[in-house]
Amino acid sequence: MSEKPEKLIDKKGIRLDGRKADELRPIKLEVGVIPNADGSAYVEHGKNKILVGVYGPREMHPKHLSQSDRMVLRCRYHMAPFSVQERKSPAPSRREVELSKVIKESLEPSVFTDLYPRSGIDVFIEVLQADGGTRCASITAASLAIADAGIPLRDLVVACAAGKIDDTVVLDLYDAEDKLGVADVPVALMPNLNAVTLLQMDGILTPGEFENALNMAIEGCKKIYAMQKEALRAKYMTVKEEAEE
Amino acid sequence: MSSLLTRVRQKQIGQLIDAGKRLDGRGLTDYREFTIEEGLIERAEGSAKIRLGKTEVLVGVKVETGEPFPDTPNDGVLTVNAELVPLASPNFEPGPPDENSVELARIVDRGIRESKAVSSDKLVIEAGKKVFVVFVDIYVLNHDGNLIDASALAAVAALTNTKMPNYEIEDGEVKIKTGFSPLPLKSHPITVTIARINDKLVVDPGLEEEQVLDARISMAIKDDGNICAIQKGCSGFFTPQQILEASKIAQEKAAELRKKLDW
Repeated sequence: MSEKPEKLIDKKGIRLDGRKADELRPIKLEVGVIPNADGSAYVEHGKNKILVGVYGPREMHPKHLSQSDRMVLRCRYHMAPFSVQERKSPAPSRREVELSKVIKESLEPSVFTDLYPRSGIDVFIEVLQADGGTRCASITAASLAIADAGIPLRDLVVACAAGKIDDTVVLDLYDAEDKLGVADVPVALMPNLNAVTLLQMDGILTPGEFENALNMAIEGCKKIYAMQKEALRAKYMTVKEEAEE
Repeated sequence: MSSLLTRVRQKQIGQLIDAGKRLDGRGLTDYREFTIEEGLIERAEGSAKIRLGKTEVLVGVKVETGEPFPDTPNDGVLTVNAELVPLASPNFEPGPPDENSVELARIVDRGIRESKAVSSDKLVIEAGKKVFVVFVDIYVLNHDGNLIDASALAAVAALTNTKMPNYEIEDGEVKIKTGFSPLPLKSHPITVTIARINDKLVVDPGLEEEQVLDARISMAIKDDGNICAIQKGCSGFFTPQQILEASKIAQEKAAELRKKLDW
């Protein structure tokens, strides 16, 4: 670990990686990247590199977990051993168990689960490289992968974090800001429904700062939402062209 | 997750909440009565049992010596673990912790950790080599809803009566002496859980309410009214306006509980 820098944001409001307070990292989204999967997506969000594969709707295994009135959505968030500085054991940590749960709960409200009773859908998220904000980038990619699998959705789910470094509320913290900063507030949103489907926070914020962070994260989500739609369009325009040939 | 609730009952809960009422006669923002008993496990360095309505949670604290984490040589170690003991509910099963108990433990952990309640630098015996490790074990004894708030309150109550073994260093060896001193506590975070049922916000959901809720949000509030941890849970959503409203309610409720507890 490098020494702690004195300031995470300078007098001009520029952060250590050169961004302004309300600026996102560069984001690249790609849909349909795993041939075997029913739906898949890949995201690069700053240095985060995350791959998501979706299988289903298909028969549930084990069968007793199926529900007679709806589809069951399962989700596994997993970090590759080489994705972080110190090798991470591939066995699921408590953090990964919790994140799998909150990511599942952030995606579920977007899916018309009652259309596929007795079946299941599995969302597998593999973090290949982590640099802060992996849960948010995972949700953004997972929602695209579910859409790519052709499952009817109420809206795409998009996620982005805001937080506080030094005395400033900022958008989209990367690893160093997350570790050395004051607070981190990941938010997932269905923009067209004005519905927040994931909200967590750690660190210390006054109620006013929390409100600012929440609003800033929502604005960030809306920007990524436009990129998400573009990524879907990019794949299905080529599919359309192939079909016309 | 839950035992089945009849449709009639689900409808009844919804209709009552629409009218601003609840099954047990509470208002939407009323907390259930609770009592906390401290220090009832003599073998543990700290303990507390809470009764929140019919929910019962016992928390025991054990203090041992161990090595610090390599990246934090000047901090003691705090770990929180939760057991959904099978005797507490027909839906709890024996076995390794499932996602519900992991989430519960991590919510309580975050409230204590982020509020810096335990002065972790005071748990150091010898920097980088030997520190006190504080194990907070949450034992759910009867599940009647809102395990998060009950566990968080009991965990902090158990820490308030936790005693640290006295020690001295002799020839580079740590020797535990007789007698104890209290665990240094800097703050008392209070976690308030609010459910969204029929698009209304309901404080401290009971077991049956938990089975009809769309989503819940838990906020840990520090002594000075600042927020130190949040967790939204369950497969529903909140609007941003509801989140800000929930934050206000959580502030008020935490202040009310703090007064009652004299924390």
